[in-house]
Amino acid sequence: MSEWWTYGPRDLLMFSAQTYYRLFERYNLDLWPLQILALVLGAAVLVLWWRDGDRAGRAIAVILAVCWLWVAWGFHWQRYASINLAGSYFALAFVVQALLLLWLGVVRGRLTPVPATRLQQRAGLVLFLFALLIFPLMGPLLGRSWTQAEVFGMAPDPTALATLGILLFAGARPVWGLFPIPVAWCLISGATLWAMESPDFAVVPLAALLAVLLAVGGALMVAWSKRSSR
Amino acid sequence: MANIPNITRRRLLGTIAAAPLLGPAIGRAQQARPATRAIPSSGEAVPLVGLGSWITFNVGNDRAARDASAEVMRNFFLAGGRLIDSSPMYGSAQEVIGYGLKKFGRPANLFAADKVWIADGEAGRAQIEKSRQLWGIPRFDLMQVHNLLSWQAHLPTLFAMKAAGQLRYVGITTSHGRRHGEMEQIMASQPLDFVQLTYNFIDREVEQRLLPLARERGIAVIVNRPFQQGSLLRRLERHPLPPWAAEIDCSSWAQFALKFIISHPAVTCVIPATTRVDHVRENMGAASGRLPDQAMRARMAAFVDRL
Repeated sequence: MSEWWTYGPRDLLMFSAQTYYRLFERYNLDLWPLQILALVLGAAVLVLWWRDGDRAGRAIAVILAVCWLWVAWGFHWQRYASINLAGSYFALAFVVQALLLLWLGVVRGRLTPVPATRLQQRAGLVLFLFALLIFPLMGPLLGRSWTQAEVFGMAPDPTALATLGILLFAGARPVWGLFPIPVAWCLISGATLWAMESPDFAVVPLAALLAVLLAVGGALMVAWSKRSSR
Repeated sequence: MANIPNITRRRLLGTIAAAPLLGPAIGRAQQARPATRAIPSSGEAVPLVGLGSWITFNVGNDRAARDASAEVMRNFFLAGGRLIDSSPMYGSAQEVIGYGLKKFGRPANLFAADKVWIADGEAGRAQIEKSRQLWGIPRFDLMQVHNLLSWQAHLPTLFAMKAAGQLRYVGITTSHGRRHGEMEQIMASQPLDFVQLTYNFIDREVEQRLLPLARERGIAVIVNRPFQQGSLLRRLERHPLPPWAAEIDCSSWAQFALKFIISHPAVTCVIPATTRVDHVRENMGAASGRLPDQAMRARMAAFVDRL
């Protein structure tokens, strides 16, 4: 595409808001009651974090990897790709994130839970709870159907946000390699919703940017305290 | 000005052939035929209003939405419509058009317009063949190079296919007012049958060079984005339709906007897209009744400028 820089998200949007949200509606109806299992998996992450320990961290990484793989297959590949030419590329990116979670979280054990003592850890916990419990309610609160609810582990937005929350509160220090794909997805999703004139378009990208700022701020604070204690 | 219905023998036979497939309402539709304009390179008449498929027909494998799209197509044909336009870039739109044609039957006078949209010139034929299979038709009437992508490679292929009887017309497209300079050069140098471009109350740059050149060179013009993807209509609909719109038989802002476009003498057809049956009927209504003359066109443009 020549003059690509002159194209904005609204020029590139190739489906209507109605079609986009119908995708979630049919997805939820086809797979009900898998949503309950997804929420149970989300609750299991919290229980594992509460129990602490190296094995709990690896289990959290496995749960997240399974969720990212499922979204790649069940949503992007099987559904979103039918209305978005980039859908298969999104599926690939989600598979890469699942592999990164398995490598850095399970093999390398980088997501070992620690007590949420610092600000960014508490914020991460709030972000995770938001993605798990509040995010599915947003659509219905804005007038969309309950059947179009976006659920953690099944829909990409709450899965990406929940992952960023976990990256803030699980692990002694940020695992930077796990940030780019969820953040990139949140920005793409925000642009898509903006192009569709959805009133909640800013929620996901702002939450992702906040997570990045908190992670960077936390890392700088740790580095500064180490330097000052020498 | 083509405000008198132009019923050719070919089109009449085509409509009669399609009648059993289109249900009992066909008789009513025949009472209100859309006005037509001739394709300069052949003299074949096509209705002034066609049907676009960007966004609206990209509904994936949603059965209910596919049925709704098919219903839009059925009503388009019943109202005398012929030309449907799509592209491989439009997601599932080609497949959905194929679904609609299979569900209600393909009218014999269907004018199938599609595009080739691939950087590799060698892959053009294969893409066109895949598109043809998705539509479920024996051949395309018009094949256009989408957004001028690799036009140097694709045009020789399209001209060869036309010579072999695998296509009837060849064209190029642009949208959003982009690459007009390059389009002008191609129009001046290549034996094109069609160009497709954006023209509406807001995007009027084509009036300066491209539309006069199309007339001079005998190239048919398809107009896309007549409502600026709905934003122009949303802006207009905040105001009441002027009473003098009745002088050109307009009952809505959509018809007002469409009549402005199709009353330009260089324009052959406009292709509004919609998901709604009432809107497709309304759009087809723009090809009936009186069309504005030059003075009225100037009045319409000035009125919209002031809003």
